[in-house]
Amino acid sequence: MAMIEIDNVSKSFTLHNQGGATIEVMRGASLSVAAGECVALVGASGSGKSTVMRMIYGNYLAASGRIVVGGLDVARAAPREILSLRRDTLGYVSQFLRVVPRVPTLDVVAEPLRAVGVPEDEARDRSAAMLARLNVPETLWHLSPTTFSGGEQQRVNIARGFIHAYPALLLDEPTASLDGGNREVVLSLIEEAKARGAAIVGIFHDETARARVCDREIDVTGFSPQAAA
Amino acid sequence: MTPLLSVHGLTKRYGAHLGCGDVSFDLFPGEVLGIVGESGSGKSTLLNCLAGHLPPDAGQVIFDTRADGQRDVLTMSEPERRMLGRTDWAFVHQHARDGLRMGVSAGGNVGERLMAVGARNYGDIRDSAIDWLGRVEISETRVDDRPTTFSGGMQQRLQIARNLVTGPRLVFMDEPTGGLDVSVQARLLDLLRGLVRDMGLSAIVVTHDLAVVRLLAHRLMVMKDGHVVEHGLTDQVLDDPQHAYTQLLVSSVLQV
Repeated sequence: MAMIEIDNVSKSFTLHNQGGATIEVMRGASLSVAAGECVALVGASGSGKSTVMRMIYGNYLAASGRIVVGGLDVARAAPREILSLRRDTLGYVSQFLRVVPRVPTLDVVAEPLRAVGVPEDEARDRSAAMLARLNVPETLWHLSPTTFSGGEQQRVNIARGFIHAYPALLLDEPTASLDGGNREVVLSLIEEAKARGAAIVGIFHDETARARVCDREIDVTGFSPQAAA
Repeated sequence: MTPLLSVHGLTKRYGAHLGCGDVSFDLFPGEVLGIVGESGSGKSTLLNCLAGHLPPDAGQVIFDTRADGQRDVLTMSEPERRMLGRTDWAFVHQHARDGLRMGVSAGGNVGERLMAVGARNYGDIRDSAIDWLGRVEISETRVDDRPTTFSGGMQQRLQIARNLVTGPRLVFMDEPTGGLDVSVQARLLDLLRGLVRDMGLSAIVVTHDLAVVRLLAHRLMVMKDGHVVEHGLTDQVLDDPQHAYTQLLVSSVLQV
């Protein structure tokens, strides 16, 4: 059974303060990802790769169709159902780090574990192990990541995304702006997640990374209204 | 799961002017609901009607009480409602002075709420007060000082300690970080998030600060002219706003 399934989804944006223009960005989008499978979304910039990811996460509303993750139709679910899906089942490594300033990196990374009830000490230990694995210097662990470099912030995001064994994962450019060693760590994290049965949807501009971890590619250009027409 | 709070058709008029109209929503245990809107949109009226500070003209506010299950707060007797306000409910005012007794020591401010629910042992009360001052990061050495000697951020944290010491299940907050320095705001947000997670609190937070709701609220309600114009998951409402007013609100935020 598919862990992530999109069926005939469409999406449009209505810009009320710009003359009420309606922009249809997606029509008839369908895809299916099984447990243990990693699927890459491909297509030119602006073709809608991030839009697909955001819709799966419940961050963008779908105009029609079904988006089922772990048995829950995100397109129709109540906010609290989506929140519990995000807590237990669906992880997201985005390109942006949004955290409360002042909170130490160790706690930022431990937070997804605390949310599923892991005791504080254990969550911190696992957070430290994950940060060490991603080569985030120990001197930074007690500082807030808001002042970190782009590459360090990205590794904090990755640590947050992989610290809990989410059965479904969305990865937005997980290897961008990483050096060779750290890129290798991230690729092995992805391989381990697949091996434990996680279903993964990702955007990878890094072609060799994509070839190594992805089982299939889906060109989202096929989801555009022009393609469907 | 039974909602902790279930609001139906809540309406308040000021003469011909609508304060808030036909507001309905459910709040579940452990959820934080943000209410945003410009000044005069009705968000404070709504909060005050919910918390029993203002009598609404119509509607129901059903709370899942510990003793008797779901009860309409608006039809409760005054003593019952007051008891609720001292035990399961808490209200954090925008101005800490409105929620504190300025002539009483910090420890006294926290202890007073415990005494109101029957605590009598001085040692226990003082220990609880010191424990709570610690949790909101106020040093034990300040326990006997009056809040008038505290900074604005400390007063706000003291107000939170006073409100949470009795282990309430629902906290109403009116612009809890308004008027504070940005660094103090961050500290307060971190504190509130930890308390929500560790105590399973539910909260309704009125604010005009979209950055605060993004970090604090699970769900968001947008009000304009007394009506709820949009309601959903916080990041969805902020990143994919559907209503013209929400789009205007989100696009008007200055980027840092």
